[in-house]
Amino acid sequence: CGTHKMNLFQSITSALDNTLASDPTAVIFGEDVAFGGVFRCTVGLRDKYGKDRVFNTPLCEQGIVGFGIGAAVAGATAIAEIQFADYIYPAFDQIVNEAAKYRYRSGNLFDCGSLTIRAPWGCVGHGSLYHSQSPEAFFAHCPGIKVVIPRSPVQAKGLLLSCIADKNPCIFFEPKILYRAAVEQVPEEPYIIPLSQAEILQEGSDVTLVAWGTQIHVMKEVAAMAQEKLGVSCEVIDLQTILPWDTETICKSVVKTGRLLISHEAPITGGFAAEISSTVQEECFLNLEAPISRVCGYDTPFPHIFEPFYIPDKWKCFEAIKKMINY
Amino acid sequence: VRKLLSIVFKGAAAVVSARTYADFTNEATFEIKKCDTFKLDEGPATQVVMTRDEGLQYYRTMQTMRRMELKADQLYKQKIIRGFCHLYDGQEACAVGIEAAINLSDHLITAYRAHGYTYTRGGTVKKIMAELTGRRGGIAKGKGGSMHMYCKHFYGGNGIVGAQVPLGAGVALACKYQGNSELCVCLYGDGAANQGQIFETYNMAALWKLPVIFICENNGYGMGTSVERAAASTDYFKRGEFIPGVRVDGMDVLCVREASRFAADYCRSGKGPILMELQTYRYHGHSMSDPGVSYRTREEIQEVRSKSDPISMLKDRMLSNNMASVEELKEIDVEVRKEIEDAAQFATTDPEPPLEDLCNHIFHNNPPLEVRGTNPWSKLKSVS
Repeated sequence: CGTHKMNLFQSITSALDNTLASDPTAVIFGEDVAFGGVFRCTVGLRDKYGKDRVFNTPLCEQGIVGFGIGAAVAGATAIAEIQFADYIYPAFDQIVNEAAKYRYRSGNLFDCGSLTIRAPWGCVGHGSLYHSQSPEAFFAHCPGIKVVIPRSPVQAKGLLLSCIADKNPCIFFEPKILYRAAVEQVPEEPYIIPLSQAEILQEGSDVTLVAWGTQIHVMKEVAAMAQEKLGVSCEVIDLQTILPWDTETICKSVVKTGRLLISHEAPITGGFAAEISSTVQEECFLNLEAPISRVCGYDTPFPHIFEPFYIPDKWKCFEAIKKMINY
Repeated sequence: VRKLLSIVFKGAAAVVSARTYADFTNEATFEIKKCDTFKLDEGPATQVVMTRDEGLQYYRTMQTMRRMELKADQLYKQKIIRGFCHLYDGQEACAVGIEAAINLSDHLITAYRAHGYTYTRGGTVKKIMAELTGRRGGIAKGKGGSMHMYCKHFYGGNGIVGAQVPLGAGVALACKYQGNSELCVCLYGDGAANQGQIFETYNMAALWKLPVIFICENNGYGMGTSVERAAASTDYFKRGEFIPGVRVDGMDVLCVREASRFAADYCRSGKGPILMELQTYRYHGHSMSDPGVSYRTREEIQEVRSKSDPISMLKDRMLSNNMASVEELKEIDVEVRKEIEDAAQFATTDPEPPLEDLCNHIFHNNPPLEVRGTNPWSKLKSVS
């Protein structure tokens, strides 16, 4: 019963604290993590565990991830921080070609499963082109890694600890807009939330709403609006793990409701909603009452000043539900 | 007698004003710091000549940049400028010195601390400030913001540090290919100096003898990390290994100009790339979200401001060599202030870009392209 009021970044610190305490091989590194990190996720850890376990790297994402892979292969629990998900692309080759394929190409002789990469993710209100991106779709296309996105402090701690414990390289995207805004009572002791299991937040019978990260909170509002204004009962599901994703929970839900709406901030073309949509129509074709709806960002770079118009807000999702109900 | 001489020098259309500008020295020679060199037999000159006109122009430009950045700071705190804003005050001598040594027909590219360069490359204060506030009168039509400003032969304005360096080498290749004697000045900071792409670029530039001047603006801190904690070697001018380098006092506009002239001559003579490290300092933090005092002391900032401020240094030089009067410089200050005020006024009142601009200029397309978005049934148009 030892819970503590924590916001998202504090729950991350708590998870990292638990890890450094219980695992003597755990190390945390990245740009500016030593003083606590630009989002304060690593505050106090260097003082507590020493500068050989929590240390800064120079400005070199490709180097950070490559180094992390090496550390993991040699047996350390390596937790690398990429300062913003928008900066992860120089490391794309290391993640996709090295980390993801290590176990496969060595016939299980080597692996970098003890690598976890953390990065702040998603729109924040004023981030503009290079501080707002949601790149999960790029990585979802890569067998060998896991991609996880929490929606709240309690989820974040549990999912991060699962990622660290998981024997596969994991990318953990943290919704930066929730770092301070989301506050919950979070257990101080370590606990895990299983990966690849979607969570049904609210049961319903008419429409299935699927999202992850910040967008889940939008969906909860949309579900309330739909109930109040249209008398429509929505089932809200947090996907949590993007890769490998829980097809069973989603499909079971669609079989029940017959309608599916998926929403994410990332641009619609090639966004992860496309993968979910495609799989669901394969599995549940005869159960569908209306075409699957995707309410996503526009196919443009994340804009500098049009953000409120760009993001898939509750009104756009509500419209989509109306259209599906009246199909 | 002096007045008469000045009439003779200035020619038939001489105007003798009440200020007796003839009393001023037209040009003076200055001793500047010797630059450390790497793989070079000789370095930039240590005795330089500056004319009165040059001095006044450098003063005006640096003062404009300084006041523009301070105005941006003010507007940011009033939340009229939002998002990310990286200010250049303290580093003015770099932009002004470099531009004094090259032509507008040469090319320049830098990272995100770009407001100063946008100005020296030909952008107006009005357009720069309107871009900061995200209005349609902005230099990038309001779509880029602080980090993405561009103008002729100035390629920005880049958010991902280090990524602009291979780009700069590409521009230099185009110059060489077209045989137009132009060169590319390619800037990056001490933080980005540790990015892999920069070393890839050094190799390509040296191999193909591209006319590129690599410039590392070393202001001592990569965001909050001091250079000693980020780099195995802080001799950034030597990091090109097989590329000759010069280390320059970046707070002295004449030092920067002389070194840039030296570098430009080197490049234009077909010898290949050259690397310059400008040792400079920024007064503000990394960006407006960084107070700038958690990783360095206020005393340090104050010391640089009092001992090495580029504008003060130039002012002292001009006054002690009788190249300008205090009143004259004050007049320039007043004019600059007015220009900035007018620009800020414009930047605050100009309307935002129209909503149609959200989807414009994604691709080059003819006819207009349809852009899918949040609603599957309504598509926006993209015009380019």
